[in-house]
Amino acid sequence: MPEQLFFALEVMLNGLMAGVLYALVALGFVLIFKASGIFNYAQGVMALFAALTLVGIMEGQVPFAHLINAIFGTEVHHFGWTVPSVLAIAMTLGVMVLLAILVERLILKHLVNQPDIILFMATIGLAYFLEGFGDIMWGSDIKTLNVGLPQGISETVDEVTYDWFGYGFFLDKLDMVATVIAALLVIGLTLFSQYTKQGRALRAVADDHQAALSVGISLRFIWVLVWSIAGFVALIAGMMWGAKSGVQFSLSLIALKALPVLMLGGFTSIPGAIVGGLIIGVGEKLFEFTIGPMVGGATENWFAYVLALMFLVFRPQGLFGEKIIERV
Amino acid sequence: MLDAGAEGYTTEDGRKIGGVLMEMKNITLRFGGVEAIKDISFDIREGEIRAIIGPNGAGKSSMLNVISGFYVPQQGEVWFRGEKRPQMKPYQVAAQGIARTFQNIALFEGMSVLDNIMTGRLTHMDAGIAAQALWWGKAQREEVANRAKVERVIDFLEIQHIRKTPVARLPYGLKKRVELARALAAEPMLLLLDEPMAGMNVEEKEDMSRFILDVNDEFGTTIALIEHDMGVVMDLSDRVVVMDYGKKIGDGTPDEVRSNQDVIDAYLGVAHD
Repeated sequence: MPEQLFFALEVMLNGLMAGVLYALVALGFVLIFKASGIFNYAQGVMALFAALTLVGIMEGQVPFAHLINAIFGTEVHHFGWTVPSVLAIAMTLGVMVLLAILVERLILKHLVNQPDIILFMATIGLAYFLEGFGDIMWGSDIKTLNVGLPQGISETVDEVTYDWFGYGFFLDKLDMVATVIAALLVIGLTLFSQYTKQGRALRAVADDHQAALSVGISLRFIWVLVWSIAGFVALIAGMMWGAKSGVQFSLSLIALKALPVLMLGGFTSIPGAIVGGLIIGVGEKLFEFTIGPMVGGATENWFAYVLALMFLVFRPQGLFGEKIIERV
Repeated sequence: MLDAGAEGYTTEDGRKIGGVLMEMKNITLRFGGVEAIKDISFDIREGEIRAIIGPNGAGKSSMLNVISGFYVPQQGEVWFRGEKRPQMKPYQVAAQGIARTFQNIALFEGMSVLDNIMTGRLTHMDAGIAAQALWWGKAQREEVANRAKVERVIDFLEIQHIRKTPVARLPYGLKKRVELARALAAEPMLLLLDEPMAGMNVEEKEDMSRFILDVNDEFGTTIALIEHDMGVVMDLSDRVVVMDYGKKIGDGTPDEVRSNQDVIDAYLGVAHD
């Protein structure tokens, strides 16, 4: 019996850690949605683009190598150096900030005061553009990302838990690191938004544009800031998922997993994104473990969406979202 | 009409009013074919309480929006502290030292009263973004110093008891007061109030009038306000601009304005022929 219990606990822990990764992606959505009311369809592709850029910089790839070769008939592909991961991460962050500035200059600035659906469509355009741009810049082959994060099953945890409980827990090292990083990220973001000038300005803009202008906040600056932070979150998410399953196109599809998380947690709540991610992570693992065998398995593919659907019916604002009140 | 020379003047109750702080010169504002403001000029002097009054749709709020940079007039010049102001965004105007409130209250509903008022200090914080993120050195000192200033404003407007309350939960009258506190926290040179007494009961109106007078008295803040309620305005203000259908029909002390035939006609209604 305890054997079964420990196994269930292990499944839950693994679910929690998978949930952290979902939460990371959802967090990027929430940040932009809160500050500008835009549902940023491109968030997933931003994670892919960030991961591609990170690998490219680390391995010293020549950007646009295929394009250059095709036009000039050259044979360039690598600079012949490698960049240490910490430096490469910082450089990739720079690229994401540059991307945020360009998005503001070329897209958002021209669509001020347009209906939300127009902005949403613009982010779809951005998603496809960025996907193609990433391919042209870094090539479309599957890449492995090795930023020095630990991989594989943690033997220490296995041994220690075996000594204590007589049952060895199988936990993925990368998942554990991701959990710690995600926790730090969330704490950092929360402190930043609660106790700093820029954070307060960010919350102000999220609340009321007109009032924000009247106290001297530049909306354009805040948009660049929030897209930069979303880019940073995308980089972290891309790094974790990329290290786990390789940097390839399917990385951008993790955005789809973030949707049910958002419906659960609410589109406007940072804690909601975290809790939503954890619930989905644990829920789908436990569901697979308990009900899965009865229905022939593979429940992880649809469990999250069914759960989200139920939420849409019974609590459309999500667990932590702002209550939708229509005053007549 | 009251002769407000370059040197300023002394009010009936003996307050010294200084030189011109802000001057509007021949402002015209159009929305499509509609002229909301037609060729209006007036000035606001240091230390005075200046009111803009007029019936509904007279263009008062439009005028306030021109001053605070939310609207850009098609013609005319805005002069501030003796210099012609180039075309500016509202946030740049705010950074120049002009704070405002809104007719239909624009507060950050999801934030606490304290946080709302702290946003009023944004233009006074200039620590770099990296220092902000790390809450280190200058950023931390600034935060503490600004917090102290904000506490003074909170004391002054007697809203200590709701410091931590989310704004969304407050009744209307208190929201108006919090909005005033936020504008005041910016330590503005010019404070613009858009119908500060709108929708209030008699008691709340009296409180608000007292606060407006106290602000002017204690901090020497120049105040320009729009108001519907003639009685309140006449008691509060030093000089009054009267607008009707986008035009200026009167300008002077409350007594002068009260006896101006055009003003009486605009307010009581008269057959135009």
